Amino acid sequence: MSTPFAKLPRWADYGLIPVVNLVVAFLVAGVVVLLVGENPLDAAGILVKGAFGSGQNIAYTLFYATNFIFTGLAVAVAFHCGLFNIGGEGQAYIAGLGVVVVCLSFDAVLPWWLTFPLAILAAAAMGALWALIPAYLQAKRGSHIVITTIMFNFIAASVMVYLLVDVLKPAGSMAPQTRDFLEGAQLPKLKWMLEALGLSVRSAPLNLSFLLALVMAFLVWVLIWRTRLGYEMRTYGFSPKAARYAGISESRMIIVTMMISGGLAGMMAMNPIMGDQHHMTLDFVAGAGFVGIAVALMGRSHPFGIVPAAILFGALYQGGAELAFEMPNISRDMIVIIQGLVILFAGALEHMFRPAVQTLFASISPRSMGVPAAKGEGA
Amino acid sequence: MAFLDALVQLLDATIRVSVPLLLACLAGLYSERAGIFDIGLEGKMLAGAFAGASAAAVTGSAWIGLLTAILAAVFLGLVHGFASITHRGNQIVSGVAINFVVAGSTIILGQAWFRQGGRTPSLAGPARFEAITLPGAEALREVPVIGLIYSELISGHSILVYVAFLMVPLTWWVLYRTRFGLRLRAVGENPAAVDTAGISVTWLRYRAVILTGVLTGIAGAYLSVAQNAGFVKDMTAGKGYIALAALIFAKWKPVPAMFACLLFGFLDAASIRFQGMAWPVIGKVPVQFINALPFVLTVILLAGFIGKAIPPRAGGVPYVKER
Repeated sequence: MSTPFAKLPRWADYGLIPVVNLVVAFLVAGVVVLLVGENPLDAAGILVKGAFGSGQNIAYTLFYATNFIFTGLAVAVAFHCGLFNIGGEGQAYIAGLGVVVVCLSFDAVLPWWLTFPLAILAAAAMGALWALIPAYLQAKRGSHIVITTIMFNFIAASVMVYLLVDVLKPAGSMAPQTRDFLEGAQLPKLKWMLEALGLSVRSAPLNLSFLLALVMAFLVWVLIWRTRLGYEMRTYGFSPKAARYAGISESRMIIVTMMISGGLAGMMAMNPIMGDQHHMTLDFVAGAGFVGIAVALMGRSHPFGIVPAAILFGALYQGGAELAFEMPNISRDMIVIIQGLVILFAGALEHMFRPAVQTLFASISPRSMGVPAAKGEGA
Repeated sequence: MAFLDALVQLLDATIRVSVPLLLACLAGLYSERAGIFDIGLEGKMLAGAFAGASAAAVTGSAWIGLLTAILAAVFLGLVHGFASITHRGNQIVSGVAINFVVAGSTIILGQAWFRQGGRTPSLAGPARFEAITLPGAEALREVPVIGLIYSELISGHSILVYVAFLMVPLTWWVLYRTRFGLRLRAVGENPAAVDTAGISVTWLRYRAVILTGVLTGIAGAYLSVAQNAGFVKDMTAGKGYIALAALIFAKWKPVPAMFACLLFGFLDAASIRFQGMAWPVIGKVPVQFINALPFVLTVILLAGFIGKAIPPRAGGVPYVKER
């Protein structure tokens, strides 16, 4: 990817520009709130209070954030390799199947700390499998991965509806969901963690998956910046041609990266299924796969950016629920708008404010830009 | 004659469900042929459906509804163009963003304006495109076979259905027989060559995304003002993506696009009609499998097992003039 714009100082590139983009996205969202006839500042106040107002609320925020860390990492890993995995939604959905099979098989015989690693493996394997087919088709048959992963989201949805309605539903039950897991497949809650910080939590779904997500964020950082595979992935993402000259196998890169990406997306299924509901319902992913795109873009594909970005979106989900309660005009769909605006301004329009920021920097200290200040932007 | 009756009914339903697919598919064709990938067809169609139904409900005129739908979708097309042509942003990301913004805002605005749980008020009379009876349809009804086909299958649709099917030869003509069409195809294959010839790549691509907006707007208006009597939340339900699949299936060509949309429409109509019916040999086919079939077929096609789908060469790549 060529950067048509001159370099900014690192802190501006990784800190200032995302913040500017985010602020603009929220300003536009504020306009929507105005259109609905509510006060955007009041709305923002309720949202922040709803997300961070008490230990209980923080626990919920982190619970939602857990989903988004997994899916955000999934999208980011693919981004580093120059691939756009838009199929996190389907990969997480199918991975639910892996979790459920492990849980239903072992919940009566094994303790949770043995079911847990098995379920992680099963979830990652199913997610990776669902990403493998589009990856193989891109690597060997040249079909565009964006299109195939979109198609696979729909195929996954059909497969899962069929399985839940016709296969996994216990006999005699009406609701399309699996039976409830026994204790051997229920992850411990993290109430103690927040209580240790002096916060009071009544009951919140925050569970061990959150720590798993943080571990995964760290491992992704190690993978991308501290291993040979990560270096190859970044090389391929930066310039497939250079990677080919360096003897990096193109199809190996695409397939391995997509399987890691799919595996990360798949682990998201752990959080709602084993951590919270203790059964699998229809559409338990609920758009988290797509939120991952916004999270990865906002976090600039860096794990240390993704975790705060995921917490921000977790806060929007939790705060949004409170907001819908206080201002009935603003339902939770407001989050979908904000998510879209973040994707638009932090993703598609990420270069929009760059020339202005550059001009600003150039006028303050031309040398910090590394280019002569007089050189204009060639369009 | 019971068989023929059933068949005509099935085909009639096929036409009705194919129309939004066809309009969206042709919309995507203009954009993608010009080198701008558009996965925001879904969002633009949804915005068109909402704007169309809202305007028709307020003004009581289906035509004003249609116009508003087109304006809304064109606006989003311009946003897509602004991001991906002017600012050279990632076209996929921009499309995803538009889909989300629309999915959320149609519900929020619908609830705030009409307070019916995200629906718009029910449309009736002139606020809706009614079915048109073609001349002679009643007179011919008694003629065996042909009469039935003419009066049931060909006659009795809303005007937008005929518009959609007329768009197919029109698109073909524009694409292959006009100077604009030649340049449009060229800009999707080799924008540098078009630029060298002194033609503005930017303006050509903007015209393409505007055309995409117009057609997705009509598709949306068809959904909410003609086929149904009002907007329901998420009423496009993945049709934009099926249209995208159809576009690939048709290898970015207008006439095959029509057949692809009719095929996918037929699958949809058949899955509703034969729901729960047991077939000889294979037994009962779960409806979910039929729903997934358009996507499975497209993946198989993309994999190169049925011919080869080669996208426009410059698709997805922002054009940067030499620096």
